[in-house]
Amino acid sequence: MEILVLLKQVPATESMIAIADDGVSIKTDGLKYVINPYDELAVEEALKIREAQSGTVTIVSVGPAKTTEAIRTALAMGADKGVLVDPGDVQCDNLAVAKVLAAVIREMPCDLIIAGHRAVDDDNFQVGPAVAELLGMPNISMVVKEEIADGKITCTCSVEGGTKVVDAPLPALISTQRGLNDPRYASLPGIMKAKKKPLETKSLTDVGFDAAQLAAKVVIKAMKTPPERAAGRIIEGDSAQAKVAELVKALHQESKVI
Amino acid sequence: MTVLVVAEQVDGAFRKVTFEALSAARQLGDDVTALVLGNGIQGAAAELGKYGAVKVLVAEDEALAEYTVDAYTHVVADVIGQAAPAVVVIGATTQGKELAARLSARLDVALASDCVALKLEGDQVVATRPMYGGKILADVALSGTPAIAALRPNIFAAAESPAAGTVEQVAANVGEVRTQVKSKQLETGKIDLTEAEIVVSGGRGMGGADYSVIEALADALNAAVGASRSAVDEGWRPASDQVGQTGKTVSPKLYIACGISGAIQHLAGMSSSKVIVAINKDPEAPIFTKADYSIVGDLFEVVPALTEEIKKIR
Repeated sequence: MEILVLLKQVPATESMIAIADDGVSIKTDGLKYVINPYDELAVEEALKIREAQSGTVTIVSVGPAKTTEAIRTALAMGADKGVLVDPGDVQCDNLAVAKVLAAVIREMPCDLIIAGHRAVDDDNFQVGPAVAELLGMPNISMVVKEEIADGKITCTCSVEGGTKVVDAPLPALISTQRGLNDPRYASLPGIMKAKKKPLETKSLTDVGFDAAQLAAKVVIKAMKTPPERAAGRIIEGDSAQAKVAELVKALHQESKVI
Repeated sequence: MTVLVVAEQVDGAFRKVTFEALSAARQLGDDVTALVLGNGIQGAAAELGKYGAVKVLVAEDEALAEYTVDAYTHVVADVIGQAAPAVVVIGATTQGKELAARLSARLDVALASDCVALKLEGDQVVATRPMYGGKILADVALSGTPAIAALRPNIFAAAESPAAGTVEQVAANVGEVRTQVKSKQLETGKIDLTEAEIVVSGGRGMGGADYSVIEALADALNAAVGASRSAVDEGWRPASDQVGQTGKTVSPKLYIACGISGAIQHLAGMSSSKVIVAINKDPEAPIFTKADYSIVGDLFEVVPALTEEIKKIR
């Protein structure tokens, strides 16, 4: 089984995010970067499938040179090799990233692609299904359980109000949701081994694109931080009953939300 | 300028976000067309006129009774080809986000997902959408036609605005359907977190998987139950209940956080709520710096008392 994992490096979720002076990007100084949490689930699931069925797990990513750190972490978890396309100065929107990923994947053997359902920086929910579309593959989103048999993948997916079970013939792309697995940590021997695993970095030209072909259709014009919420009022009272009576009065009469 | 709204229905009933999307579409232009996909759903379609659809296109086929990304992408892409809208608006639900992503690649067009505001600047759509789990709001300009905007539920008001709502059948060529729905397990009557007007969440302070006090309060308020990441990590609640940067972002009228300290990832996921109530026994909990109303106390005393108090007025 040839399994490809789409991976993005993102700021750790505990990061404070501040807007840079240009007003359309964030300050990156001092930010700690990690594997997108949903992509970490994808790496883990790929390793589990490989352990059960044998095969190869390849990490595929589009991002700046420092993304190699995240790919090395995935290799240390147990993935076999990595490919990074560094777009350099070209500002790729999500669809452009999907096009580059699809172009790289077309040149590789592939039975299954696993992606996070979104990256926790852009939060645009776009790349996974877009890559599947560009490759002419079926895709299944928000997977919390999967099973492969007879050339088909059967997935339990998280949907509003419950779950549904969906299947598709391989090759297919699935996107992960929390609950699918608990990602392993990279072991020390794993980290040592990862240093010797193949990790190739390519340019856009190497994969057959020029900047004009990838011109962004989605451009950030401005960024702002959401309105700061100030601390409101602490409800005092002699007992829990007295406090909740006061709270309900406030919710009912002042803010009128109940 | 034509705006096409892709409706979402479950067993013949439209999701609230469909009405919200129609209202948002009306703000962009008068020529609003709705598209409904399903099987045996023509009867329901006229309802979309109430929210401003001048025309309601209905695509019916057995293969559209259940949403599948293959069939829906095929039919919606066909309709977009014929109706040539300038903007396509979809609810940013689980299926809406997936469909929008797939369509953007098929049609090679711009997509902004999870939008919280939408406007026109000249001919160009500018969408406001959260990034970094809601820590940043970005204005993004969408180039090309059509631009696709998926709207976050519970943000745009669903305002009635009667229009003709002329129902018209359109061809439903579903193409090759590779993804098949085998079964569904839905809790009937359960209010989804992202659409709920009131959310009651429990965190580490719950101390275990027994959420009965939270559920009782949620029942009394007709609210959805949420959880913090630590409660999910402990296995007390399913991942689908998680509110925060690696879970769901919610924007209810009222958010009641019980035994939740207020990590930055959690705050990012709920700070767009209209009113926040925090109940925590630690007076130093960061959640209190964001809450409109705070009660310092043991949630196992406060929450049941609150439930009783609510029952008095409801």
